[in-house]
Amino acid sequence: MDWNFIIFSLVKIAIVVGVVQGLVAYSVLAERKISAWIQDRVGPNRTAPPFMKFVPGGQFLTRLGIFQPLADGLKFMFKEDFTPAGVKKIYFFLAPAVSVIPAMLTVAVIPFGSYLGAQKMVIADLNVGILYTFGIVSMGVYGIVLAGYAANSKYPMFGGIRSSAQMISYEISMGMSVIPVLLIVGNLNLSQIISWQSNHGWLVVYAPISFIIFMVASFAETNRTPFDLPEAETELVGGYHTEYGSMKFALFFLAEYSNMVSSSAMMVTLFFGGWTLPFWGLDHAATSLGLGIAQIFVFLAKMLFFMVVFIWVRWMFPRFRYDQLMDLGWRRFLPLALVNILITAVWLWLRS
Amino acid sequence: MAVVVNRKSLTFWEKLYLPAIVGGLKVTLKHAYNTLILRKVVTMEYPEQKWTLPTGYRGAPYLVKDQDNNTKCVSCQLCEFVCPPKAIRITPPGEHGQQADRTNAEKMPAEFEINMLRCIFCGFCQEVCPEEAIFLQQDYSLTGLSRGEMIYNKEKLLSLGGEVGGIQKWKNKLDEAKAQESFPVKL
Repeated sequence: MDWNFIIFSLVKIAIVVGVVQGLVAYSVLAERKISAWIQDRVGPNRTAPPFMKFVPGGQFLTRLGIFQPLADGLKFMFKEDFTPAGVKKIYFFLAPAVSVIPAMLTVAVIPFGSYLGAQKMVIADLNVGILYTFGIVSMGVYGIVLAGYAANSKYPMFGGIRSSAQMISYEISMGMSVIPVLLIVGNLNLSQIISWQSNHGWLVVYAPISFIIFMVASFAETNRTPFDLPEAETELVGGYHTEYGSMKFALFFLAEYSNMVSSSAMMVTLFFGGWTLPFWGLDHAATSLGLGIAQIFVFLAKMLFFMVVFIWVRWMFPRFRYDQLMDLGWRRFLPLALVNILITAVWLWLRS
Repeated sequence: MAVVVNRKSLTFWEKLYLPAIVGGLKVTLKHAYNTLILRKVVTMEYPEQKWTLPTGYRGAPYLVKDQDNNTKCVSCQLCEFVCPPKAIRITPPGEHGQQADRTNAEKMPAEFEINMLRCIFCGFCQEVCPEEAIFLQQDYSLTGLSRGEMIYNKEKLLSLGGEVGGIQKWKNKLDEAKAQESFPVKL
């Protein structure tokens, strides 16, 4: 065993998990703020530790709601962890974990930077990165179904059933949409995909339809509006997590937002060149420390852009009806993805 | 009878959802621009900003003093009697109690309490008062740390109430009565 490898991996895991958690917390804030702006409101702007009055700029940060996630987190932690009487206990306890773990695992293969010193900025540089991601993402549905089943209550059950059908349907179009990318690049390794993009330009130019399908499918996979049927508050009381409270509910929340983070990261990696930018020498693996850090920030910035798109779309669209959702998944996107594969394959064949 | 309303079939362009998506983007962006850049916010940040109350707003009832800083209340207990939630409690001065501090009054209350937790701001006390000694004023956010604190006594009510000089009620009643002599009533 290479101790160096273990130590550096552990450090990377700790940092990445921390950053993802922070992103989750602050994307909840962003969600609230952006929704407020879109709806002509101001959003959370009061929460602050008492000494913030005396700190210069503290007032501005308070208005921005910077301390709101702390309060939210504390609230979740100090709430009573209530278990309703009728639930199936084992599954009820298992479900939040089962939905959080896959959500956190997806980030493992995503290259969030090129090199920092001699360290590759990816936790696990798998040769089957994309397959791994799809495998893990498809596990996310179990947590939701389990939660719906364990709650022993009608509406969570509905949410669970809806999500199982929805996520499984959209996984197919999601998987199909990535195949043209693989055809073009000829590699499943995400780092290789990024380095191909740094040489040839972003893949969104080569496979725009793939990108659109992937994006819509990832909205469906993460249960975001317009496909948030599993947690349609207006129809299902709350959705699959109706019977959950305190930290267990927070875990579902965490899972949803980490899924958002990881699918934004996937979109950036697959279609928008990952950590590369076509100028300022950021398009090739970093040789200096500063450049490496800059590339990490490039990656984060691109990812945050997609996070904002996720949130923005939520406050723009009404929810799809269930049959429309299924129709869109099976009868529109699946054929479109297949045709897309065919066209890409023919184009590549003609060019070779 | 059931009527079937035929839906307009969508054109190919509309079926792509693209016009709707672009429309939605435009609307939400416009609103975000309005709030962020133009600062057109509908939120009223309550404790700092407050409503301008309309005249005739019925807030908390307070006792008032007359122009000579004397208690107007004569402890007739009409308000206590009329109060629907029984929020008012008046302790009369009794036979050998304190004299009224103004002329034209036989007595004044030894104690006058309004339980603001019970008060429903209905305004019956103001309406029934023959001396115009109690008025519903503009306060609406009454807070306290205990139930006891929310029972306002005479001193507190008088200090909060301020001063309303003269008794206009009978004059007003007279005007009302005169106005009602002719038909249609002009007020």
